[in-house]
Amino acid sequence: MELSKRMFIGLAGAAMATTMIPAAAMAWEPKKPIDFVIMAGPGGGADQIARFLQSVAEKKDMTNRPLVPNNKGGGSGAEALIALATTNDPDHTILVTLNSFFTTPLRQSNLGIDIQTFTPIAMMAVDPFVLWVHKDSGITTFEEWVDTVKGMDGEYVMGGTGKGQEDSIVIAYLSGAYDLKIKYIPYDGGGAVAKDLAGQQIMATVNNPAEAKGFYANGDFVPLLSFSDERSENFPDVPTLKEKGHDFSYNNQRAVVGAPGMSEEAAAYYQTLFKDIYDTEEWQGYMASESLAPLWMTPEETREFWKVQVARHQELLVAMGE
Amino acid sequence: MDILGHLADGMLLSIQPLNLLLITIGVTVGLFIGAMPGLGSVNGVAILLPVTFLVPPGSAIIFLAAIYYGAMYGGAISSVTLGIPGASTAVATTFDGRPLALQGRAGLALVCAAIASFIGGTVANILFTLFAPLLASVALSFGPPEIFALMLLAFATFVGLGGDDIPKTILSICMGLVFAAVGFDQVSGAPRLILFNINGFLHGINFLVLAIGVYGIGEMLWTIYSTRGEITSTKAEISAAQIGRDAKECMQRGWKGTTIGSLLGFFVGVLPAAGATPGSLMSYGVTKMLSKNPKEFGKGHPAGVCAPEAANNSASTGAMLPMLTLGIPGSPTTAVLLGGMVIWGLTPGPRLFVEQSDFVWGLIGSFYVSNLAAVIINLAFIPLFIWMLRMPFTVLAPLIFVLSVIGGYAAMRDMHDLWLMVAFGAGAFFLRRFDYPLAPAVLAIVLGPIAEPTLRQSLLLSSGDPTIFVTRPVAGPITVIAIVLILLPALKFFRKGKPAPAE
Repeated sequence: MELSKRMFIGLAGAAMATTMIPAAAMAWEPKKPIDFVIMAGPGGGADQIARFLQSVAEKKDMTNRPLVPNNKGGGSGAEALIALATTNDPDHTILVTLNSFFTTPLRQSNLGIDIQTFTPIAMMAVDPFVLWVHKDSGITTFEEWVDTVKGMDGEYVMGGTGKGQEDSIVIAYLSGAYDLKIKYIPYDGGGAVAKDLAGQQIMATVNNPAEAKGFYANGDFVPLLSFSDERSENFPDVPTLKEKGHDFSYNNQRAVVGAPGMSEEAAAYYQTLFKDIYDTEEWQGYMASESLAPLWMTPEETREFWKVQVARHQELLVAMGE
Repeated sequence: MDILGHLADGMLLSIQPLNLLLITIGVTVGLFIGAMPGLGSVNGVAILLPVTFLVPPGSAIIFLAAIYYGAMYGGAISSVTLGIPGASTAVATTFDGRPLALQGRAGLALVCAAIASFIGGTVANILFTLFAPLLASVALSFGPPEIFALMLLAFATFVGLGGDDIPKTILSICMGLVFAAVGFDQVSGAPRLILFNINGFLHGINFLVLAIGVYGIGEMLWTIYSTRGEITSTKAEISAAQIGRDAKECMQRGWKGTTIGSLLGFFVGVLPAAGATPGSLMSYGVTKMLSKNPKEFGKGHPAGVCAPEAANNSASTGAMLPMLTLGIPGSPTTAVLLGGMVIWGLTPGPRLFVEQSDFVWGLIGSFYVSNLAAVIINLAFIPLFIWMLRMPFTVLAPLIFVLSVIGGYAAMRDMHDLWLMVAFGAGAFFLRRFDYPLAPAVLAIVLGPIAEPTLRQSLLLSSGDPTIFVTRPVAGPITVIAIVLILLPALKFFRKGKPAPAE
């Protein structure tokens, strides 16, 4: 009796599960921990943002399976792109990107990465770039900076995150536009760059505001120029390059993308998840305090945006002689 | 004294019931996470970060710091009992800890590890409390040339050891450097040494994969080979009185190593580029070099356990300093902690000590309390770990293999790493068979990724002029000492070598 009752319940459960399948397919949910790949090493801007997103999801209990951060910063993110392109579980693999999402496949065509095969999920924000010097340099305006760099005739030292990386593109544009000779030292992350500017091992940097925030608040760093379209609310006195008469602006994308071949149901799940995270007080507050600008897009708009960005980066890289 | 007042407030805060409870739980959890091969403080802190949203930020960071401390103590446990480094920071502990265990003296090794860790942590806490702002500016004065000079010094301590076979040591270092170069070139961003075009090499060779392969798998093969399959078990007895006697022997024979480890480890930890793993390896090298009996190292010298253990605890505390004062993580674990702080709404950086002084001093106070809790809990668990060792090797060997596989996989979650680990294990066995020292290769794979970019950055700074390493005020003396150390064996050789033909 006992046994048959249990069997009955079991059978009924099985029957219900069978009829439930279409419904379950509509509301897809992750079945195991989500591989949350980060296109940069620990500690830098992209890593900070990824861990912040993970913590918000965790704190608000927004996913039934955890997002597990997985740093793959090797080769300007090539390692991360390959990991996504070759994953055998595209429904549980997502990536936090920066602009190396566009530049790395262009610079290393042998990797065979086509970013249009990736699945758009969410554009969380764009991160502006600012030109910083140390306060002890005595430089307070962009014009003084240009004169100083010219006066040093090739001995002016700037640090950045490597050739072909976001900041080097900005520095290359500046060098071309103002005919500057700059010695460029590559570091493995924005944090290390900021530290060596604080220690005056290098003379200037093009960093995201989040990376320079602590030193700026302490008065060690002086912002000279921003590369956004408009002045930032957090730096109202810092002019933009556009105001100086150059039609150039440059931002770092903070976007989440899915692996190529992700199912539509899974993509819809992650799109809703990150929209919800985007709308939280925590994320809105983080964007304001770290000077990030909103740039929300639908998946279709994102694909269009990718096309424009790839074309633009191709031009910029060619101009740099890459 | 202003500082003492702040510190007293901070300690009071950390012995509040909730915080004390969190410290006890954190240290115990950390101890076991650290003892699991492959899982280190970084995993412990990352896994438990979400838990901390349940408590106020001050308590949360105290909890994470307690895990951090516990894991630093725990790393030594599997290094000693199983010969598999429990964490990358405990690799140097296997050099002498494992031989001691094989001689039936695992108790001594574990007691040494606990006491040295406690002293290292305490020394670091005191230095941190008194000199935090000053040390932050020292850290800033270390640019690429200074860091490279320091790495050169680290290599020198391993080459310049009398007694070892120098050509074999150099070969071992070169092998490590080649493995360290696999992956991507930071300066040009191009892939290099992607052996056989296997994608797994794109992320480079993880240090832990090499260490677990060499010390876990390699050691197991070696034991099977040397015992010829005989059923053996290690004699291991432990009692309260024995712990007391071990503590006494540890103090007598290990004090020098503990002192060197505490100071050197802290200093290396404070530099944002380095961290606890290079700190512990360098301290081992320096202690061996300065010892009267360098030949006893690697065969079970208590100082060989004390130095790296004092150093990894000291360096872990040191690594908190650039994180708090500069907002730059000195180690992967502090990177995770930093992420936590940002979420709690705190901005690490020069202003933190001023604007969030309660938070900072609460954290520093908790370092002292966590450290004390960790040494007590660790000593209490020693009998349990010793008991594990009494298992016959026929049981232990499969256990070591399984733990090595888990540890190797946990690091990057990539099957490629496991095959590599087995290959390293087999390679290590043959190298050992022909008396090649393996520690220098391990050192090279840790320091190579720091030395290479700093060398190239320095030469870019100087437009290719190598005198940059001797003309800068801080880099200069370090480089000179390193070069003297490297040449020392050669000088000794000539002094000994010349009179010989005359006889």
